[in-house]
Amino acid sequence: MLNLIGSAAIVASLLGALAVAVTGIVGGFTRKPGLIRAARYGTYFVFAAMTTAVVTMEVALLTHDFSVSYVARVGSRETPDYYTAISLWSSLEGSILFWGWILAAYGALVAFVNRRSDSRLVPFAEGVMGIVGLFFFGLLTGPANPFGEVFPVPANGPGPNPLLQNHPLMGLHPPMLYLGYVGLTVPFAFAIGALLSGKLDEEWIRSTRRWTVAAWAFLSVGIVAGGWWSYEVLGWGGYWAWDPVENASFLPWLTATAFLHSVMVQERRGMLRTWNLSLIIGTFLLTLFGTFLTRSGILDSVHAFTEGVIGPLFLGFIALVMVSSLVLIAWRADRLHAPGSLDAVVSRESTFILNNLLFVAFTFTVLLGTTFPLIVEAVNGNRVSVGPPYFNMVSVPLGVLLLFLMGVGPALPWRRTTPEKLKRSFLVPSIVGIVTLLFALLVGTRDIWPLVTFGFAGFVMTTVVEEFRKGISARRRIAGVPAPRALGQILVRNNRRYGGYIVHAGIVVIVVALAISGSQRFEREVTLRRGESMLLGDYGIRFDELWAEEQAQRFVVGSTFTVFRKGSEAGVMQPRMNYYPNSQQPIATPAVRCFNSIDVRVSRGRRVGVCTGKEDLYLTLMAFDDQEGAHATVRAIVNPAVPWLWFGGMIVALGAILAVMPQRGGRRPAVSAVDAEARERPAEHPEAAVPATV
Amino acid sequence: MSKSKKVWAGLGVLAIAGAIALLIAGGLSSNVVYFLTPSELRAELAERGNEIVDQPLRLGGQVKPGSLNWNAEALDLQFVVQDSVGEVPVRSTGAPPSMFKEGIGVVVEGRYTREGVFESTNLMVKHSNEYEPPHGDKPAEMYESLIKSDR
Repeated sequence: MLNLIGSAAIVASLLGALAVAVTGIVGGFTRKPGLIRAARYGTYFVFAAMTTAVVTMEVALLTHDFSVSYVARVGSRETPDYYTAISLWSSLEGSILFWGWILAAYGALVAFVNRRSDSRLVPFAEGVMGIVGLFFFGLLTGPANPFGEVFPVPANGPGPNPLLQNHPLMGLHPPMLYLGYVGLTVPFAFAIGALLSGKLDEEWIRSTRRWTVAAWAFLSVGIVAGGWWSYEVLGWGGYWAWDPVENASFLPWLTATAFLHSVMVQERRGMLRTWNLSLIIGTFLLTLFGTFLTRSGILDSVHAFTEGVIGPLFLGFIALVMVSSLVLIAWRADRLHAPGSLDAVVSRESTFILNNLLFVAFTFTVLLGTTFPLIVEAVNGNRVSVGPPYFNMVSVPLGVLLLFLMGVGPALPWRRTTPEKLKRSFLVPSIVGIVTLLFALLVGTRDIWPLVTFGFAGFVMTTVVEEFRKGISARRRIAGVPAPRALGQILVRNNRRYGGYIVHAGIVVIVVALAISGSQRFEREVTLRRGESMLLGDYGIRFDELWAEEQAQRFVVGSTFTVFRKGSEAGVMQPRMNYYPNSQQPIATPAVRCFNSIDVRVSRGRRVGVCTGKEDLYLTLMAFDDQEGAHATVRAIVNPAVPWLWFGGMIVALGAILAVMPQRGGRRPAVSAVDAEARERPAEHPEAAVPATV
Repeated sequence: MSKSKKVWAGLGVLAIAGAIALLIAGGLSSNVVYFLTPSELRAELAERGNEIVDQPLRLGGQVKPGSLNWNAEALDLQFVVQDSVGEVPVRSTGAPPSMFKEGIGVVVEGRYTREGVFESTNLMVKHSNEYEPPHGDKPAEMYESLIKSDR
């Protein structure tokens, strides 16, 4: 029964997407109101149909209807309901279903938000999203059908991949990543819409700015959450291994970040038209490529790839998108001539261009490292791997340069500047940067890259603080309000700009945490008898006992360690190993704990210890005596600054939320006029230019 | 922007691109790790001699039955990786992955040293991600004695 509903819903989505593609594109060219309306209602219909499919799948999962092929593949009666519900994205068919649903949701939201708009781009964008939908819904009707019929109906299933049912973060990381990945379809669709309609000014960028920022934020949170997940589950004490799957999420992030910056140059100065179109098309291609990498089996070997049908289909779709985009750009080449041009080498736009070059180079190096083994195997049959040393070697210098530009860019005015202004903008940040570097040297940092990173981090943070200080004082002068109110006002009035600075601050926190945790972690692996202790850094770690627990879905072997710090007992940690029936290999649950805390008073008489993030103590149970429980082998790692990674991710998310808020006055023409005026004038404090009338 | 400035800006961009290209080329040439089987490693050693000694490699094969020697106290693990023709002694520090046993397929990351032993830095057990029905003992039964000793 559920098979039938689900399959029917997917076929309906496919037909709906076909209708949207045709009415959207034809309606875009002919401007017939009937067709435009049909495209809009079509996207609503597709969303309704896909929602039906996803709800049907969730019902099938939660009621353990093993006649549905996907449930028979990933379901089991013993799996807790939370993990059963999120096993929607634990395997190929379900994740494409989830992907298609998010695409349909974005499509419907785009149509709804723009329902009263008479923009020429909207029907085209709906049509393009319809075409993308055709591909994914097509996969769902054929090669990736999650609603296949299983007969005879099995009594039980194997349950989801053990790695994916071992930590609650699995409920956050994939949806965030997908919201980011699929969200980038929106600016792509409008870009293609701009090419199709020939309306190649800044409209497609303005109408998708908030979509892009939101997708970027989801992607960022998804990547950080993925690192957190692997830190909490994989047991090696790291959070990023330059694994192809990780790289697949990082590649579109890099180009999307470049895009977020380069569109500002086009908005302000009318430059980089072709570049921006290419960048967003490239970003969309990389999201497809990332899905292809992780879903086609090509990573195991190029030979495994030819066995599946999904891989070649993806490759075909990627080629189709690439070729048709190139043809469109060539077709519109005459309209892509930039009205603006670069005035001076030292200006904000030139740092943005440099930033873009570096981001694209970064993308290229990661892409090359990720695909290099495939290229070598295809060329001469040798099996090679490219490990973290390559990626670290190339990404650290690029990342450090980008960090530096992050401080330079915002402090430079558009168009051109004078030596006096330069000195005024950079004197204090440079001093702070040098002092930070010297301080790091003094406390014992000797490696060159971490030192440079800390210096630049001090520099960038100061420019961010300076921007806030300048904004607040300008606001105080104009509106005559006290500083806290002025801060609130600039955040609301100029949310895009200050949200961006908060994101920058979050990135600095993350980069510093990366530099510290990457260069200063230390570990020890020891076999301990009961009651025996080991020393690591500030910690004494005593092995107390082994224990075991049989749970419905798994069998847990746990160990108990007592941790001593500064001579007194600080707490108990219990790293575990989990044995799942569908996996030969046990899945570790390392114990992670932050012992450096400060007391914060939350209310009268109540104090709560808050982790300072100085370091985590990370224990993984590596091996144990399975007969007597007399000894256990434990890997203990001191991971400095790792909590600051997650904290930095939250700052980035906050800044992005602020930047994505509707701008005061939204797209009212009055504000565009102010924008246009600001564009002509190299204003140092545009917030002062916004009329103070409320 | 004047013509000479444009030329300089162009040169600057070229210089950056060149530096990045060098970085990538250097990074790839020194960090590509070859995957070899024991007999391939033997053949390479015979052919190129010391050239591949102390180079990062991945060695893939089967843990030779009867060769496993694990000292939990000293965290010292020794075994032999073999394929149908050749074998290579491997030495590793640290607890082996839980699945590790004689006869299983492994990939060992490390270097072949002058002493004729492959020093492992990373030990991976080859196992299938696909579902296989549990065979043999249930883990619960396997560790029953452990629970008993604990209570």
